[in-house]
Amino acid sequence: MGYETILYAKDGGVLTITLNRPDKLNAANDTMLTELQDAFKQAGRDDEVRAVILTGAGRGFCAGQDLASVEERLHGGGRMDYGAHLRHTYNPLILRIRRLPKPVIAAVNGVAAGAGMSLVMACDLRLAAESASFLQAFVRVGLVPDSGSTWMLPRLIGMARAAEMMLTGRRISAQEALEWGLINKVVPDDALVEEANALAGELAKAPTKVIGYIKRALDFAATRPLDEALEYEADMQELAGRTEDHLEGLRAFLEKRPPTYKGR
Amino acid sequence: MYEHIIVERPRPGVGLVRLNRPKRLNALNQATMRELATALTEFAQDDGVRAAVITGNERAFAAGADVNEMVGKTSVDMLQSYRFKQWEVVRTFPKPLIAAVSGWCLGGGNELAMSCDMIVASETARFGQPEINLAIMPGAGGTQRLTRAVGKALAMEMVLAGRFLTAQEALDHGLVNYVVPPELYLEKALDLAEQVAAKAPLALQLAKEAVLKAFELPLSEGLEYERKNFYLLFSSQDKEEGISAFLEKRRPEFKGR
Repeated sequence: MGYETILYAKDGGVLTITLNRPDKLNAANDTMLTELQDAFKQAGRDDEVRAVILTGAGRGFCAGQDLASVEERLHGGGRMDYGAHLRHTYNPLILRIRRLPKPVIAAVNGVAAGAGMSLVMACDLRLAAESASFLQAFVRVGLVPDSGSTWMLPRLIGMARAAEMMLTGRRISAQEALEWGLINKVVPDDALVEEANALAGELAKAPTKVIGYIKRALDFAATRPLDEALEYEADMQELAGRTEDHLEGLRAFLEKRPPTYKGR
Repeated sequence: MYEHIIVERPRPGVGLVRLNRPKRLNALNQATMRELATALTEFAQDDGVRAAVITGNERAFAAGADVNEMVGKTSVDMLQSYRFKQWEVVRTFPKPLIAAVSGWCLGGGNELAMSCDMIVASETARFGQPEINLAIMPGAGGTQRLTRAVGKALAMEMVLAGRFLTAQEALDHGLVNYVVPPELYLEKALDLAEQVAAKAPLALQLAKEAVLKAFELPLSEGLEYERKNFYLLFSSQDKEEGISAFLEKRRPEFKGR
């Protein structure tokens, strides 16, 4: 893949997408946002890919929107149309990650700020290095949390803590993030890659199609009343019941052996 | 045989028409509409068909009329083309008709879906009347049925600004009956059709007529129309069977008489 600002590496069923502007703490410019959309599109189309890791190169995970590129536009006498920018870049990217019918793991290697933190939250599972940190940086530059922050963060850590992070812009450590339920696990810095690969490797052997249905059911239930969620679960279960992997799971259970799932 | 549609009998009592011009997103050219009208006419005359479903494919129900057929046409050409004759067959189809919609449902496609009695939509369905972008306007009921379905404000926005509705918005505004995952929309539509097909055919026909009259008549006349259809059903054999079966707590067997 001829990307400039990200790396796209497949190993077996695991695709690792690495944000790759290390000298800028992987701040997202327009090119990176376009490339990320494309990379997640490819991840969806490629049947070999059964788990995705999103991580950053160098010290940081992602410092959020590249403010230098915003400033350039302002200096050019232009106006930054944030609304249009979000609608064209971050919003479709966040939806694409959420709607990818495959597990996505964030391996947070360093600071995840602003929209960079939104990328982490859009993933399904989150591992962080001990030295990683998280902040809702938006208010520090006079902006509102975006890229799904207002929707995702209160669901993960509750309204009180979400408001605290958003209104103060305070940076929290990986350990605090773990205690608040923002992430799944903290690992030593030098073990992050290995842990993420191990988890992704496990998930790449999972019944991938069914994982997609689970993601859909969770996102559906997040905004709907119980009766509708029950109905949606029934639909998803109907689909899961038709997968090859479900039959394999049943057979393996009855034959008392570990199942071999093909993701179909 | 048909070139642009596929006709199936997927369930007991259910006829299915699949619009099948996938490369053109099922754009409704005249040939397709002629074939659809022929298939529906056969369904109407076939006692074995008690409900019908029209569908497209997952990407598009139908993305509109075939614009290629409009290039260079004058109003006289259009008037003489007889092109809306087939739409009358859809409008007057006497049995329950369900649209199973996934993907694009635009222009003539949306008008066709709205000509059906019920719509089952996939989560991916998008409804719109974008004719205004081509400096034309809906011509097969888009301004009339859409307004009756979703109200003036939203209909105006769809017709004048070309706004599309998501499946969920269409559900919220009463345009569709169900929104279901894309893998299941056709099955849900067929389930619904099968459920309807088990009812008494004459009661279905007269009840459908009466509901449609609600959009045509003042209330007092509509009520009278309803009442006359109600009386009329009392001379059917199926009415005796239906009421007896209900009282005897057994399943009725309807004969369409």
